[in-house]
Amino acid sequence: MTKSDEKKKLKDIEISVPLVYGNIAYWLGKKASEYQSHKWTVYVRGATNEDISVVIKKVVFQLHSSFNNPTRVIEEPPFEVSESGWGEFEIAITLHFHSDVCDKPLSLYHHLKLYPEDESGPLTMKKPVVVEHYDEIVFPDPCESFLARVQNHPALTFPRLPSGYNLPAPMQVDDNGKKKRGDTKDHSLGQWFTSFSEADELLQLAAARQQVQAHIAKLRRQISLLEGQNQTIKTGSDP
Amino acid sequence: MGGTDAKDILGLPKTPLSLTQEKKSRPQKESHRKPDGISREVYALTGGVAPLMPSIDVTHLKRPPPHDEKVAWQWLPVKSSARKDDLQLYHWVRVVNDVPPTGDYSFAKYNKSVDVLKYTDDEYENHLTDPVSVWTKEETDQLFELCERFDLRFTVIADRFPLSRTVEELKDRYYSVTRALLRARAQSPAELANHPLIKEPYDMTRDRERKRALSMVLSQSRHQEKKDAEILAEAKRITEMRLAARRAAEPDVPANENIGSVSPSSNSQLPATAVAPSTLTMADYASTLASLRMLHVYLRTYGLEQMVQAASSAVGLRTIKRVEQTLQDLGVNLKPKVPTKTVCDEHLELRKEILTLLNLQKQYKESEGSSHREGTYAAMPDTPKDRVFASEPFSFGAERPIKKEPKRKGPGRRSDTPSPAHKRPRKLKASDL
Repeated sequence: MTKSDEKKKLKDIEISVPLVYGNIAYWLGKKASEYQSHKWTVYVRGATNEDISVVIKKVVFQLHSSFNNPTRVIEEPPFEVSESGWGEFEIAITLHFHSDVCDKPLSLYHHLKLYPEDESGPLTMKKPVVVEHYDEIVFPDPCESFLARVQNHPALTFPRLPSGYNLPAPMQVDDNGKKKRGDTKDHSLGQWFTSFSEADELLQLAAARQQVQAHIAKLRRQISLLEGQNQTIKTGSDP
Repeated sequence: MGGTDAKDILGLPKTPLSLTQEKKSRPQKESHRKPDGISREVYALTGGVAPLMPSIDVTHLKRPPPHDEKVAWQWLPVKSSARKDDLQLYHWVRVVNDVPPTGDYSFAKYNKSVDVLKYTDDEYENHLTDPVSVWTKEETDQLFELCERFDLRFTVIADRFPLSRTVEELKDRYYSVTRALLRARAQSPAELANHPLIKEPYDMTRDRERKRALSMVLSQSRHQEKKDAEILAEAKRITEMRLAARRAAEPDVPANENIGSVSPSSNSQLPATAVAPSTLTMADYASTLASLRMLHVYLRTYGLEQMVQAASSAVGLRTIKRVEQTLQDLGVNLKPKVPTKTVCDEHLELRKEILTLLNLQKQYKESEGSSHREGTYAAMPDTPKDRVFASEPFSFGAERPIKKEPKRKGPGRRSDTPSPAHKRPRKLKASDL
């Protein structure tokens, strides 16, 4: 273990932070020029629009080299970069965590999308193109101080601790004003945010599993039937 | 060429027949060799056609000596700077125009020797006495004398050394004495820094280990070689699986790099290659989980990918494709759109179940095949093309109203969109009896 003894780690406890990352792009219409046809924003936000700066210290967006200062470091929420341009390219989004959370950064990759899927339709200035992806950061072995600091924070899923386990009281006092600023509930683009629900996918998966299990059971019956038949053939009696 | 010369030397008479034969064959060869500057073989390679451009400049070839020079060979005494004694030797010398060649004997420059340092008695007492007191002064003196005589060829020195010492011990003593001597004599430590003896000091144990390893490689039987190759392939596979973990690896990861040829037989750490596929998969899952833990942070989609790979590692590509096809037929996203922990766990379980199903299908076919051979017909006809779920869209049990969240107006990506065929529940068509 590389961390010092005071930060003890617990087994089989994971903290996960649901995230949504992606971009929103507006066509500039009349104001569009050849090199600045769209105005776009690439961002990382909490999936429930809560404040992820409790975990994330800074986010580095690596844009295409044709942009000025293509390495954009955002140290405060909301973690986003707005630019104007014409091209679609891959953006590397690197999340840096607070020191008690994790030393290593984590990278995401997002392909900037400006043009709508339906290529034949006319471009409109009113509705932006929105592409969002859902993912979760998993911390498989969080240290105690991290656990203590974030317990009850709405931005992440806190694990159930083993019974009798008591976390020390959090050392930092949450600054309410800061917390409010960090969440994206009142974001200007918030109306376009997708709400990801696991319910549909779970339903789909459960139904699929049911079907597969039914088939498995049936096949097992058939196989044992066949084997029974083979046995009787071998012994020479009629089935 | 050979034939006539040999006969000449032996003084045998040359039979006229053989002579004419030789003469005949030679002009033939001559004509083949005719093209100047290329050997016969190369000429044949190019198809027996003369090159368009001369490949070798004719002037680079051996020229006949110019006619104005008179060359004679004389038996003359030779002086060489390499010789320190007074021995007078003679040899044939090519004399041109009555002027014998000047200059040193041409091979004298190759008389190189090693600079073995000589120490005085004082120096010995001050710096060079062996701390472990195995080496006495006499022994060290003898060693150095032999080193000089034999140009540091330690195997020879070891052979000649009056006391029996191993080559490594001799080397160690020589190098440490020389090193100490260099340090003692140097004006400043800086000028020594680049001396090879200081930069890379001789290490006796490493030398021994290296020689032992080499001899082990040499003495490996073919059987062991094969086993080693197998184990290395297995190790490679395992290290590739753990590649991500390796970057953040903690020292207690079992060190698979030790599987060099140094100890081929002591590889009890690796699972035997004969482990049954199901247990191997369990080991894969466990090791994947372990390697994910060691990352300290990862994306859930990445974690799922790793687990799926672990599940697929024991099966072939065709089976993997079939699993994916089945997932599609069932209407499940190959990569979950909302990868929460529950969703990912369910997804993985579903994949495992599909694998079980495919295995059972295979088993069923085999037992059906054998029962066919017995002359009876099995109860069920085959499902067409192994795609159990192909022609039926499935019911999801109940109607699925997609609840739209308030304020969702945008054309954002939906987590899943049902296709129209899924709306009506339909019975499974796979053969029911």
